[in-house]
Amino acid sequence: MIAIENVNIRLGEFDLREINLSIEKNEFFILMGPTGAGKTVLLEAIAGLIRVDTGRIVVGGRDVTALSPEKRGISIVYQDYSLFPHLTVRENITYGLHFHRMPKNEADKRFGRLVDELDLAHLLHRLPTNLSGGENQRVALARALIVNPQVLLLDEPLSALDPGFREDLRKGLKRLHEHTEATFLMVTHDFSEALSLADRAAVMDGGQIKQVGGMKEIFQKPESTFVADFVGMKNLFTASFHDTKAAIDGLEVELGRSPDNGHGYIAIRPEDVVLSRKKLHSSMRNSFRGKVTDVADQGLYYEVGITVEGVTFKSLITKSALFDLEVGEGSDICLSFKATAIHPF
Amino acid sequence: MIKKEPFFWIAVSCGLVIMAFILIPLIQMLAAPSFSILQETIQDKDVVRSIWLSIYTAGLAALIAFVFGTPLAYILARTSFRGKQLIESIIDLPIVIPHPVVGIAILSVAGKGHWLGQIFNELGVRIMGSVTGIVVVLTFVGLPFYVNAVKNGFESIPPRLENVSRSLGASMFSTFARITFPLAWRSMLIGIIMCSARAISEFGAVVIVAYHPMIAPVLLYERFEAYGLKYSQPVAVWLVSICLALFLILRILTLRNAEKT
Repeated sequence: MIAIENVNIRLGEFDLREINLSIEKNEFFILMGPTGAGKTVLLEAIAGLIRVDTGRIVVGGRDVTALSPEKRGISIVYQDYSLFPHLTVRENITYGLHFHRMPKNEADKRFGRLVDELDLAHLLHRLPTNLSGGENQRVALARALIVNPQVLLLDEPLSALDPGFREDLRKGLKRLHEHTEATFLMVTHDFSEALSLADRAAVMDGGQIKQVGGMKEIFQKPESTFVADFVGMKNLFTASFHDTKAAIDGLEVELGRSPDNGHGYIAIRPEDVVLSRKKLHSSMRNSFRGKVTDVADQGLYYEVGITVEGVTFKSLITKSALFDLEVGEGSDICLSFKATAIHPF
Repeated sequence: MIKKEPFFWIAVSCGLVIMAFILIPLIQMLAAPSFSILQETIQDKDVVRSIWLSIYTAGLAALIAFVFGTPLAYILARTSFRGKQLIESIIDLPIVIPHPVVGIAILSVAGKGHWLGQIFNELGVRIMGSVTGIVVVLTFVGLPFYVNAVKNGFESIPPRLENVSRSLGASMFSTFARITFPLAWRSMLIGIIMCSARAISEFGAVVIVAYHPMIAPVLLYERFEAYGLKYSQPVAVWLVSICLALFLILRILTLRNAEKT
């Protein structure tokens, strides 16, 4: 659907170098990376808002590298939503229809569906200035999708919202993706956001793509220390859920709740995995006995790999803890983690 | 209540001095002529003609600034390129050049000795002592005020709004017409007010390029030279009142429309 080939962009203070990326039709693809990695620049280049110095961008089989933004069929939703302040919500949403030949009844149908789906009916006559962040975001999404774009670019659409709303809108975004034919390409610096939304992702840093792959692959096999650090969560497992339990291969862990939108994965941050010599009598619902298979020095911390019934957990412990516990390859050890430390997704 | 420091009172006193400095002479001038003299003055054909000439040449200057200055202001607000600061300084030049120098500079290209003057001559355009000349001078001195006001207006519109518009299928022109212009037109009106206000007040450059036909400030000066203060005051009162009234109307129109959108 989208193929980015050897793209280089020089912007004076900042460059994008040798970007290669391929995104499938109707995929939900995530572009991750810290602030200043060049994510927004790449989005704007795909949209045609920034000129590419060398390389090619192909969208839907058509080379769009030299095409002006209005001819690309790519919509963009910015972090600040960028609603037109002088137009009402209705006028904002229907703005793009002025430039698209679409039969009136089809346009009305699309408008009606988006207004319903995004719950905007009561806002249509308002001006954007007195809308909440979440409402702004929904209007921006409707405005972007009404023109039936091939690709929807989302630049950190959730980061400007209150954490309480984020979960709802994240689900809304996922639903929207399932109901439209557009390919979604979203920028975020929040890894958990990426996990719950996307199948595949790319990690960017310093104007370069560091790794592209499935979420799980990036998780488990970071190709560089940067990606490993960025990802943070080292314990990722395929799991099957039943009731409040999840089974990883043969190992059953207690979630303490039934996962609301589980897609067959659980993740545990390595710092949440506690090691001890004997089984702990504590509030931690999950406690297993295993064998240390790996100890790696990570500067301030040691990363310890423990295998329990064929499943390998990673735990981060301090040097003194390593010493106290007499952890070494092959030694027996107990590991525990709270039910709330498990992230099902 | 916390006691105000002496500095506060010094600041207030300075402010009062400035207010008095501006207002006392103006109020004195406005109050000096009697009502009957004012009535007599406004029936004087020369006075009416000169005030009208002042207003419409200034208006024309603002119109020219609008047509040519708007695209330039847009480019300056939206792009950065080498030499941009130089261009911005060139635009500000008419503000800092002494007014008679402006007049002399314009005359020096308008004469037959200069190729531009020759072209004008062949086209039948006369600068010296003509309405055209007055408009040229007023545009010269008024342009920077328009360009700067509108540039600031464009700069305050996030480029992302234009980006979104483009990505939704609008061409550059449609984007300007539907997004940028509606958001910037108030700054354009302010620019037009600033530019024409500056143009109406011009004397030094006009008097060199075109003593006749007489714009209001030149008439004022002539009355003062020939008959003294008493005969120039009523003309001044009318000029100031009419200008203030015009600007007030423009301003009210702007505000009313701003509330609507």
